[in-house]
Amino acid sequence: MSIYLNKDSKIIVQGMTGGMGAKHTTLMVESGANIVGGVNARKAGTTVELGGKELPVFGTVEEAMKETGANVSVAFVPPAFTKDACIEAIDAEIPLLVVITEGVPVLDTAEVVAYLEGKSTRMIGPNCPGIITPEESLAGITPHTIAGKGPVGLVSKSGTLTYQMMYELKDFGFTTAIGIGGDPIIGTTHIDALEAFENDPETKAIVMIGEIGGDAEERAAAYIKEHVTKPVVGYVAGFTAPEGKTMGHAGAIVSGSSGTAQAKKEALEAAGVKVGKTPSETAALMREILQAL
Amino acid sequence: MEFQAKELFAKHGVATTLGVVAETPEAARAAAEEMGGVTVIKAQVKAGGRGKAGGVKIAKTADEAESYARDIIGMEIKGLRVNRVLVTPATPPVEEYYFSFLLDRSNRSHLCIASVEGGVEIEEVAKTNPEAVKQIRIDALEGVTPEKAAAIVDEAKFPAELRDQAIEMVQKLWQVYVEEDATLVEVNPLARLEGDKLEALDGKVSLDDNASEVRHPEHEQFEIREEADPLEAKAKDKGLNYVKLDGQVGIIGNGAGLVMSTLDVVAYAGEAHGGVKPANFLDIGGGANAQVMADGLDVILNDEQVKSVFVNVFGGITACDEVANGIKGALEILGDAATKPLVVRLDGNNVDKGRAILDELNHPLVTQVDTMDGAADKAAELAHQA
Repeated sequence: MSIYLNKDSKIIVQGMTGGMGAKHTTLMVESGANIVGGVNARKAGTTVELGGKELPVFGTVEEAMKETGANVSVAFVPPAFTKDACIEAIDAEIPLLVVITEGVPVLDTAEVVAYLEGKSTRMIGPNCPGIITPEESLAGITPHTIAGKGPVGLVSKSGTLTYQMMYELKDFGFTTAIGIGGDPIIGTTHIDALEAFENDPETKAIVMIGEIGGDAEERAAAYIKEHVTKPVVGYVAGFTAPEGKTMGHAGAIVSGSSGTAQAKKEALEAAGVKVGKTPSETAALMREILQAL
Repeated sequence: MEFQAKELFAKHGVATTLGVVAETPEAARAAAEEMGGVTVIKAQVKAGGRGKAGGVKIAKTADEAESYARDIIGMEIKGLRVNRVLVTPATPPVEEYYFSFLLDRSNRSHLCIASVEGGVEIEEVAKTNPEAVKQIRIDALEGVTPEKAAAIVDEAKFPAELRDQAIEMVQKLWQVYVEEDATLVEVNPLARLEGDKLEALDGKVSLDDNASEVRHPEHEQFEIREEADPLEAKAKDKGLNYVKLDGQVGIIGNGAGLVMSTLDVVAYAGEAHGGVKPANFLDIGGGANAQVMADGLDVILNDEQVKSVFVNVFGGITACDEVANGIKGALEILGDAATKPLVVRLDGNNVDKGRAILDELNHPLVTQVDTMDGAADKAAELAHQA
């Protein structure tokens, strides 16, 4: 089992013919993910060969879904057009939409998130590495070679910290690793992923990686206390970040006394989550838990 | 800064007094003379609490305006040097209110905060009289319609005689928020002047960098170059994601999360090595080629505080051999300009090839360490010894 994505997932790529889109579609095909086509209104009706696979290009998400049975879309659309691409996919009722694009205006994301209300689509991102269910499928840019299948569920705001943690625990492996993105407003949250991992019988333990900014980690801590029975290990990046400076991710900013790493760590610990000081210490904490299972 | 916020208010028809920005006491005097009567001299810095810090003065005459401007220009407020003052005619408010629109991350939407108790820090009012601070959620799809604006004004209990003016101002402030792609539009105080006129006496606007990049090239004018750290300005010119900090260990890494984490790990390691700290945040992203690496090193090596550099890369999409070649190429580009020890930790995709390239290079400044914690310790040790 896994969450959100599995071997039956059929994936289309919005923006497949662009530079980033083509590069990562190739990598997804090579990983063994079932990529079934792409969307680009101007190139509809043509095909593109990527990763040794001939992929059809459709004019709309709706058409692509109808023709291929796709149930996942990965968007590599430039930031100025991301909002429209998301609305299109949501209107087509795609079950899972993964938005990789970095630099989307936050008002656009707020609109998309409001538009999602009451709709059937789950959105991951924007500004995220996407989601991988090792040895089954990949919808995003996470390298598929880092780790295989196993009992750990991973949810993270950061791409490279996802990779780092997968690497540290590669001898155990993962059910699913999901990067939810570092923007101030995102679709799928830590809480959504925690809930899904809690309900996934094959996930035995969960690693949650957070970073400064907002209060998502604090709210996740409250959720864990109430609803999560599986062991959770946490890590929070940004203890040394100064107030008022954006640290790379648009959402990673400490404003006044809110959004600090210390507050997040304390909230998680109060919820019974073991929090590592460094990624390797966090991995060691998870290792202990897995060995005791 | 206040004067920039007011420019945006005026652009969207929000009642405000622009005043005159003066960079010298003489210019402040000239502005006060031109206005005649009593003026207010206000320090222009990106910080709150300007009044408490002595950065806001009321001048009865042009002489006083000049003398106050002389005191204020050059002073520091919360570590920021004041380079200019705003001179406005003094318009003593009859009452002071608070109003803002902001991004509400928790609810993934927008929020309006309004209070008839303004002029002081709203956090204070929220503590002492929480009833007086109204928080009203804004639907991101519907925005602020005339009906919503009226509901906000009524809920905040603005005086009846100002109701129509307030409704109009709320809609215009929402225009500022949406059309300028702001994440905060704050008016404090929103003043009731003589003759029951509403005016934005002071304000603050935070703009979304992503949106400025995508659809507001005109927002570049709000960046005041001399206020930026020179190294940050240089990094920005080269398209690098760099933040200057106060420390001795230069940091280069890939991915915002990993770099933030690297700063933390270095700070912990530094505790055992004379308290050395990370000197900067620098995310070179996925494509760690020689030029990007050289640009990054160039910025960091120009930081006089820096004694050692920690290059921490996890090869995900980018393979470690490409990164190692990037470091090699960067050292060639920099030549004699590379003067400080480099601790390199490579891990992930093609790590063996990457480490072999650096082993073969055998550069006197480069030390390889296999783990992130071990490398942080080494970099801190080298910085402490230097």
